[in-house]
Amino acid sequence: MSLLTLENVTLTFGGVVAVDNVSFHVGEGEVFALVGPNGAGKSTIFNLISRFYNPVKGDIRFESNSILKRRADQIPTLGIARTFQNIELFEQSTVLQNLLVGRQIHARNGLFSQMIFSPSVRDEERRHRAVVEEVIDFLELQPYRDKYIAGLPYGVRKIVELGRALATEPKMLLLDEPASGLSVEETQDMIFWIEDIKKQMGITVLMVEHDMNLVSSVSDRVLALADGKELAIGTPKEVQSHPEVIAAYLGTSIAEEQ
Amino acid sequence: MDYSQLIVSGLANGCVYGLIALGFVLVYKATEAVNFAQGDFMMLGACIVIWLTNGDSLGISFWLAVPLTIVIMAVLGYFLDLLVVRRLFGQPQIAVVILTIAIGFILRFGVGAIWGHEPRLLETPFVGKNLQFGSVVLGFEEGAVIIVTLALALALYVFFKHSKLGKAMQAASQNQLAAYYVGIPVKNIQSLVWALAGVVAAVSGILFASKGAIDPSTGLLGIKAFAAAVIGGFGSLPGAIIGGLIIGLVEPFAAYALPAGYSQLAPYAIMLLVLIFRPAGLFAQMQKKKV
Repeated sequence: MSLLTLENVTLTFGGVVAVDNVSFHVGEGEVFALVGPNGAGKSTIFNLISRFYNPVKGDIRFESNSILKRRADQIPTLGIARTFQNIELFEQSTVLQNLLVGRQIHARNGLFSQMIFSPSVRDEERRHRAVVEEVIDFLELQPYRDKYIAGLPYGVRKIVELGRALATEPKMLLLDEPASGLSVEETQDMIFWIEDIKKQMGITVLMVEHDMNLVSSVSDRVLALADGKELAIGTPKEVQSHPEVIAAYLGTSIAEEQ
Repeated sequence: MDYSQLIVSGLANGCVYGLIALGFVLVYKATEAVNFAQGDFMMLGACIVIWLTNGDSLGISFWLAVPLTIVIMAVLGYFLDLLVVRRLFGQPQIAVVILTIAIGFILRFGVGAIWGHEPRLLETPFVGKNLQFGSVVLGFEEGAVIIVTLALALALYVFFKHSKLGKAMQAASQNQLAAYYVGIPVKNIQSLVWALAGVVAAVSGILFASKGAIDPSTGLLGIKAFAAAVIGGFGSLPGAIIGGLIIGLVEPFAAYALPAGYSQLAPYAIMLLVLIFRPAGLFAQMQKKKV
C-alpha cells in the first residue's frame, strides 16, 4: 500500500521550475531514495512534503489524504518526522531535552495540570522518558544523554537529530542527506540503523542521499532527478546504470549534442 | 539611619524593574528582537487599571479590574504581534527596534491624549495600610509588590519547566525550523509570547500604580529596566528579576550617599561595570541550569 503519494507536483520560483511535474509513491515499509546532482530539486521535494513550500500544481497525499491543507507544524502529528541536511537542533539544550521535545506532540494534559505537575502528567512524562530511553539505547547515545548540543561533534549531532525524529514515533521518516559529513565508520553505522528502522520498527523511510554506497545498501527503490524532472525510477542498480542518469551526473549529453 | 527602610523600598521598586526586565527578556528570547515599548506597556497597564477602578472614572471593583487589565493587556500584546510586529518577520533586528520605539511613542502620547498628562494614583483597597515588623514599617503596597513578584516569578518558572506551551516557547526561541519539525506552530507561539509580555506588563503596571503616581512618561523607566535586563544577562528570566532587584537596591542607597545628580547615574554605572567585567551578564545564557 502506498503511504506517501506525489502526483504531478510542480513548484516554481519566479521563472525557475524547481520541481517539474514529479509523481512517485512510497510504499509502506519501503526505503525510498531520491538521488540527483545539486539543484535537482531533492531537498525542495522534502520542503514541499514538510509544507514549507506550496506546490503551484499537483497534490501530495499521506495515507490517502491530501496534506496540502495542513500547516508545517501539523505534519509531525500526522506521523511524518524529518532530519535536515544542515542539522536543526536546540543547541542550548541537552541531548535528552532535544529528544523529549520530540515527544511533546503526544502530550495530552491541559496547561493547568502540567503546571501543577499532576500525577497524570507525571505518568505521561515517565512514558515519554521510557520511549526516549529506548531511542537512546537504540542509537547508542548514552554517553551524551546530558551533554549540551553546542558542545557535541558533528557526527553525534546528526545521530541526535535522527533520535529526535524517532522519538516522535513516526510512520514515515524523511532523512535529508543522513550520511553527509559522516566518516566511513559513521556511515556504516547509519546503514545499519536505517536497516533496523525499516525492519525492526517498521518505519517507512524517504531519503535524499549522495553516497551511492549507502543508497544501494539500504534502498528498495531509487528515483533519480535532474533539473526538477524525473529521470529514472527503479532498483538502485537499474537507476545507477540508466544512461540518462549517468549523463546527468557526468554531463555527457551535452558532449553528444556537440 | 535605619537601612532596613531603604532596603524594603528598594526591593519593592526593584521588583517592578525586574518585572519590566522580564518582559524584555521574554520577547527577546522568543523573537530575538528587543521590545523597547515594554516600559510603555507597563504604563498602559497602569493607566488601564486606574481607568477601570478609580472612583472618578469607571469605578469597577479593584478585584475585578485587576484580572480585566491583565486580559486586556494580553489581548493587546497578542494582536500587536499578529497585526504589526509579525509583518517584520525576517527583516533585520533594527527594524523591530525602530518599530517598538515608535509603538512606545504612540502609547505615551495616545495615553496622554485619552487620560491626560497629570500624574494619577491607583485607588487600592489597602491604601494607607501599614505592616509593622519590629522597627520596620512596611507599606502594604510594598509588601504586596514583593509577594506578587515572587509569585509571578514562581509561576513563570513552573510554566517554562513543565508546561507544553512553555517548552514550545523555549524551543521556538532556540531554533524555529526545528521547532516546526517537532510540531510547534512557531508564529502563533510568538504571538502568545507577546501576550505573555502583555500580562507581565499589566502586573508590573498595577503594582507600580499601587505605590506611586502614574503619568504617560512613566514608561521611560523602562530604560532602567533595560539596564536591569542587561545586568542579568539578556536572556535569563531569573537574571532579569535579580538585575531589577540590584538596580532597585542601588537607587535609594546612591540617593542617600551621593549628591543629587550623581545618584541617578548609579544604575547605568553598574550596567557598564557588568558589561566590562562580565559581558554576558551575571546570569549568562549558557549555564548549566537555565529556565
